[in-house]
Amino acid sequence: MVDMSPADGPADGGLLAGLRQTGTLAWRTLLQIRHNPWELGDFSIQPVLFLLLFLFVFGGAIAGSTADYLQFILPGVIVMNMVFVTVYVGHGLNTDLTKGMFDRLRALPIARWAPLAGRIVADLVKQAWSIILLLGVGFLLGFRLGTSPLGLLGMALLVLTVALAMSWIMVLVGVLARDPEHVQLFGFTALFPVTFVSNVFVPVETMPGWLQVVVAVNPVSQLADAARGLLVGGPVLGPALWSLAWALGITAVFAPLSVRALNRRLARG
Amino acid sequence: MRRMSEAIHVEELHRSFGATRALAGVDLSVRRGSVLGLLGPNGAGKTTMVRILATLLRPDAGRAVVGGHDVVSQAQRVRQLVGLTGQYASVDEKLTGRENLVLIARLLGQSRAAARARADELLREFELEHAAARAAKHYSGGMRRRLDLAASLVGRPEILFLDEPTTGLDPRARLSLWQLVRRLVAAGTTVLLTTQYLEEADALADEIVMLDHGRVIAAGTADQLKARVGARSLVLSLTDESQLPAVAALLEAAGGQPPQVNGRQISVPACDAGLLRAVVRRLDESGLKVDEIALRSPSLDDVFLALTGHATGEDGGEDGGYVPG
Repeated sequence: MVDMSPADGPADGGLLAGLRQTGTLAWRTLLQIRHNPWELGDFSIQPVLFLLLFLFVFGGAIAGSTADYLQFILPGVIVMNMVFVTVYVGHGLNTDLTKGMFDRLRALPIARWAPLAGRIVADLVKQAWSIILLLGVGFLLGFRLGTSPLGLLGMALLVLTVALAMSWIMVLVGVLARDPEHVQLFGFTALFPVTFVSNVFVPVETMPGWLQVVVAVNPVSQLADAARGLLVGGPVLGPALWSLAWALGITAVFAPLSVRALNRRLARG
Repeated sequence: MRRMSEAIHVEELHRSFGATRALAGVDLSVRRGSVLGLLGPNGAGKTTMVRILATLLRPDAGRAVVGGHDVVSQAQRVRQLVGLTGQYASVDEKLTGRENLVLIARLLGQSRAAARARADELLREFELEHAAARAAKHYSGGMRRRLDLAASLVGRPEILFLDEPTTGLDPRARLSLWQLVRRLVAAGTTVLLTTQYLEEADALADEIVMLDHGRVIAAGTADQLKARVGARSLVLSLTDESQLPAVAALLEAAGGQPPQVNGRQISVPACDAGLLRAVVRRLDESGLKVDEIALRSPSLDDVFLALTGHATGEDGGEDGGYVPG
């Protein structure tokens, strides 16, 4: 028999089909939340709890009043929470890899990048939800927008951009870790110092000099500064550009590393 | 020219993981609409073979053609034809049975309505309707395998890979899965099945390929393989274990060959058709009591032991696909 089919092309239907598959896979990740409401709590209750605790426990001592501290802490908590939520990418990816779901997906005639992209897109939805939630609670507590709705939108976009970049780090962790628990362990062990050695919770002035240097270059500080500028007022351009530079740098380093590690893991059997 | 009658064609397939050779030059061929049983102990290379055929893994050397398409250069076309159910190709435990099936149907490009209809159809067919709205992690082992199988059938594949589909299942769940596989085959699906259970290959497969350490050590129908071990044997089950030595002596005297003892069972090769009669007569005369006398054809276990020198369960290594590289 003569094979009449054309030479093998992207039988998956190209970019558009790939994007649709990514959407479907993102929907799947979000659907998981419906059956595991505690997961929603993880990125809903936890950040709100953080905000309330820091606000009412430390607010008076750090800023003189909770009202003043709210103006300082809300953008910080938004950034801190973003960093933690990226762990879900690694955790979910690792679960798929270890439980065999990734193989199921790879055996389907879909775009090769769709499973990974689906994870990352779902994560961005979770990120957006957290930002909206924190802003909502913030406004209820009396947060005053010092800029404009445009500034608020800019803050959200900037935080999401950096989240996208940081997701690549967690993709790498998710690929390299033995099981999902290790992703969480590694994720939080590495991320706690990164978020706390920053200007998220307190102004840097009271820290020892050497620490101030570390805090100043920490991308979390840069992003928190930019977020404050965009929500409350103050310098925006400098910290925003630094944040974007960090995002670009992290992506340039970790995206290829992650993809390579993933391919190596898959080739291992 | 490709032969239409061949669903899977594999030539000289090699795959190593580091220093471990999972596949060391395997040839095999599966007729369209037939069931091939790939049989072997852990570490024989079965899973590696399935993963290569399902395009999840690239071979180091050799060629594999599935449904007329090369698994490396035409991988995406192969994926459109095959379904994979395996120890390692799983479902999303956090989603319900129905959601899992809808997800795959949607990924295959079906509309929302079509995806739901297909999912419901499969749930009905696999007797999972009652659990359709439950998360897969709450399924029993048998239900879980049925869902796995259903998930690999969403796109109505022509060729189905089943990687140890009943490992860890209780006998009832195993039989129910066998029934499902038989139904698929009756409907024209080609099946490549890996198993450690000789009984399973015997029950389902038209042809069997035995793998050991990445090589084919035997191939043919179950009957052909059994014929390679040769004679049937006469098996006696005793009521009273203390009579074993007497019965053994009697068997040796009647058949001329030393019998094998296994618990209360005692067996002797039955090359001669007259043996059964001779044994019955002697038993009668001696007054010894037996529960059962049977002429038994060799099992595939016997075949494996005869061909490899070790039993199927003895090789404790991990399966070839999962040797860390």
